[in-house]
Amino acid sequence: MDDLYREVIIERYKMPHYRGHLDPHDIFFEDDNPVCGDHIEITLRVGADGLISEAAFDGHGCSISQASADLLIESIHGKTLDEVKTLTKEDVIELLGIELGPVRLKCALLSLKVLKAGAYGLGVDEVSDDLVE
Amino acid sequence: MTKTSFDVERVRADFPILTREIGSGKQLVYLDSTATAQKPNAVIEAMNEFYRRSNANIHRGVHTLAEESTELYEKGREQVAKFINAASAREVVFTRNTTESINLVAYSWARANLSAGDLIVLTEMEHHSNLVPWQMLAAERDVELAFVPLTGDYLFDMDAFAELLKREPKLVSFTQMSNVLGTITPATEIIRLAHEAGALTLVDGAQSVPHLPVDVQAMDVDFLAFSAHKMVGPSGIGALYGKLELLNSMPPFMGGGDMIKTVHLRSFATNAVPYKFEAGTPAIAEAVGFGAAAEYLSDLGMDAIMAHEHDVTEYALEHLEEIPGVTIFGPSAEKKGGVASFMMDGIHPHDVAQILDRDGIAVRAGHHCAQPLHEQFGVKSTTRASFYIYNTRDEVDRLVEGIYKVKKVFN
Repeated sequence: MDDLYREVIIERYKMPHYRGHLDPHDIFFEDDNPVCGDHIEITLRVGADGLISEAAFDGHGCSISQASADLLIESIHGKTLDEVKTLTKEDVIELLGIELGPVRLKCALLSLKVLKAGAYGLGVDEVSDDLVE
Repeated sequence: MTKTSFDVERVRADFPILTREIGSGKQLVYLDSTATAQKPNAVIEAMNEFYRRSNANIHRGVHTLAEESTELYEKGREQVAKFINAASAREVVFTRNTTESINLVAYSWARANLSAGDLIVLTEMEHHSNLVPWQMLAAERDVELAFVPLTGDYLFDMDAFAELLKREPKLVSFTQMSNVLGTITPATEIIRLAHEAGALTLVDGAQSVPHLPVDVQAMDVDFLAFSAHKMVGPSGIGALYGKLELLNSMPPFMGGGDMIKTVHLRSFATNAVPYKFEAGTPAIAEAVGFGAAAEYLSDLGMDAIMAHEHDVTEYALEHLEEIPGVTIFGPSAEKKGGVASFMMDGIHPHDVAQILDRDGIAVRAGHHCAQPLHEQFGVKSTTRASFYIYNTRDEVDRLVEGIYKVKKVFN
């Protein structure tokens, strides 16, 4: 009925493929969207070849934030951390396949922010929206 | 059945924005007045007329426009004072909003009168604006904060309050109507008990002043904070009512022009109340609009407004409760204002609000600046529909229809 709620978004929200917490992991990061309280954490395992072998996300939030996290995590399997660092908001928008206004864009980009902060090895105080601009 | 002379269609005709269409031809259903109310022509025109005809800076000017602007600004103050039945217009200080009004008390009165170990009593349903200023004070002065809890049915817990009063607080600061639950607190009784225990009282009237008859003299409240924009007035202006002897005794809040009587290079003497607290050029046109808003609501009659909102709210609660998977937070209709905050099983409030918006229905999703309250209920956020003078039962029907649509998208 609604472009914003494409089937894939509802499906991924209700039944995500990559929800979980990897233990042990090589990379962990978490952050909130202070406006709506959405929370995303990511855990990654990086193989000896430098490629991401496993990745997972956990957290809570709206369908846009959770579905974009699931799709994003799916897309980074087999990539290097350097490749993750080059991901942009356009990549996330392409994964979701929808146009978003400024408020919902924040929901969609939370997972990318968390992922890139993890890839760069940033501290909690060093995360900013610049990561996804 | 509530029978009043309230003509909602006539009220709606006063609000030009209500004819607006959203997206592809959906008529706006505005259910977000708790965040900010829409503005009637009377307010918009009063402000336009001020800018077209009278605009000048106020006080001290001797030319015609300066005189006229000053008169209009002070007329706004008188209208607002009358609206809350203040004994004198001098007891109304113009601020930017409720938040600034509360901060004024926290910075001026509290910092002059409270010291380490003193107790301030708040409630667990406060908006961040009646929480954070006191947390900042507590951190700075080692003042203690205590919180009146809610009863199981979302009401102000009088028994717990009585216990806290035994500890002789210096200030009791509380909301008269929760912006999330809609809970109306028995302000007059709370104030009486607080006074008996030797405490001063501050009422956060951001939600109550727009929706209930509020009479500061009958309540005997010491401070009342409220905003124009939630009572069909402009944003950018609010008021702090304070009893005259209290305002007189308080040191200034911000320094600058207008708040002074005389200034020398190293000293100044403060101006009289309320100017003492109005440093710098204030929001002049907004004061005119604020006054017009107070007049507009008075003409409708606050009792009639309350009855109308109650009718719409009761109807809304009845129909929302019937929807499977919808949980409403807040007391029953007779104990609350026009607010319905709810959760839908498995569906995030952002998604609810977004899908409703596709049908032109404006509701709010989030923690509504009351995070601690949401923590208490174990939820991050809720969807909130709020009702005001221009809302109708038909609009509630559209909301309910919209919620069924949300369920369909997510089922």
